[in-house]
Amino acid sequence: METAQSHWVKIHPLIVRITHWINAFAILMMATSGWRIYNASPFFPFRIPSEITLGGWLAGALQWHFAAMWLLVLNGIVYVTYGIVSGHFRRKFFPLWPRDVVRDVLGAFRGKLAHDDLSMYNAAQRAAYLAILLCLVVLVFSGLAIWKPVQFQEIAGLMGGYEGARIVHFCAMALMVFIVLVHIVMVMLVPRTFPTMITGRARRAS
Amino acid sequence: MKKRTMETSLAAQSPKLVRSVERRLFLRQGLSLGALAMLSGCNLTDDESVQRVLTGMSRWNDGAQGLIFSRTKLAPEYPESAITKPFPFNAFYTEDEVTEVDGKSYQLELAGMIRDKKPWTLPELYALPQTSQITRHICVEGWSAIGKWGGVRFSTFLERIGADTTAKYVGFYCADDYSTSIDMATALHPQTLLTFRFADQILPMKYGFPMKLRIPTKLGFKNPKQIVSMMVTNEYPGGYWEDQGYNWFSGS
Repeated sequence: METAQSHWVKIHPLIVRITHWINAFAILMMATSGWRIYNASPFFPFRIPSEITLGGWLAGALQWHFAAMWLLVLNGIVYVTYGIVSGHFRRKFFPLWPRDVVRDVLGAFRGKLAHDDLSMYNAAQRAAYLAILLCLVVLVFSGLAIWKPVQFQEIAGLMGGYEGARIVHFCAMALMVFIVLVHIVMVMLVPRTFPTMITGRARRAS
Repeated sequence: MKKRTMETSLAAQSPKLVRSVERRLFLRQGLSLGALAMLSGCNLTDDESVQRVLTGMSRWNDGAQGLIFSRTKLAPEYPESAITKPFPFNAFYTEDEVTEVDGKSYQLELAGMIRDKKPWTLPELYALPQTSQITRHICVEGWSAIGKWGGVRFSTFLERIGADTTAKYVGFYCADDYSTSIDMATALHPQTLLTFRFADQILPMKYGFPMKLRIPTKLGFKNPKQIVSMMVTNEYPGGYWEDQGYNWFSGS
């Protein structure tokens, strides 16, 4: 009785799984060391609790941040190049209509968001994953502007100079961390999505 | 201890199993490295092998920044109205601990790959061609402030003393026991000034009397104050903060 059984389908290519986990690791290092760097001279009226920061002191945090940035950027180049060249982005993220995003985000709040077919992203997922990607692009460019406000002053100029780039960098971080936290909550709500990002396979009813 | 004993006895019986266990341990350690970082806060950085990698990456970043650095690209300059008042004091000590330097007996000592090592007095330095700049001082901590500094182009001074500009480094030693060093390309940058004036006044003691090397293409801690001696060398001189782990090049 073949029809009553389920079968395994491959939904995440190996390169996506590898770059996903390297990215997760790099983001964790970048965010936690970045918080420590922020604490050295906060421009908002709060500090990040040092227990959740990385580096121990400013020099250590800077070492982590400027080491992990290579991992983040090189891994990101591999992922984005693959995503564009292979058509992965086009297939997975598009079409993306604002109306669908609103409908699916509201659906998620009501606990009525469908994600039965793990090989297809709903509009809320598409928007979230693209937003993380966009945040990372902004983070890299604002980061370059902060790191090299003289050599890359054209980039800094787009953000209102060095001090503006610091604000942009922080806000992009905050938005990215928020979406990543939502992403983790959603994975916990639909736990069967978790092993698929490791094995690449999902069970589908035949 | 317990783990080691188990491993030893297991290894004797089944090397294949041990390899598999080790591989799994390695994977698990790799995956939990991030979580570990969160939990232990600073301890991870103290681990010797981790620190070796981080120091290696910092050296790599010195090289990358040397490649990114442009000899001709200028730091933005600002109008007088943009100057930060009051300009923040910053050092590895507090403002009331600033070292007093006697301008009358002061001499700048020269060492290393320099043709004419005759020490310089303040009147001699003041007689050099003077220029000024209003630029942004960016601290490694993140804050920044705009100030006006006046003095002689450092490249002009290096030329006067017959410095070997093919050397790699210029190192500085200061009256307050501070030290730092820079690459020759930055030393020769047109905006790198040996300054004697701040906000159109003789440099106040707290801002580095009698002289501060102003480098708008580097972070603040690479701008030594109260310089008493400098040397041109091919041997890496390090510096006060650099020796503690801050990135050496620290270019802007």
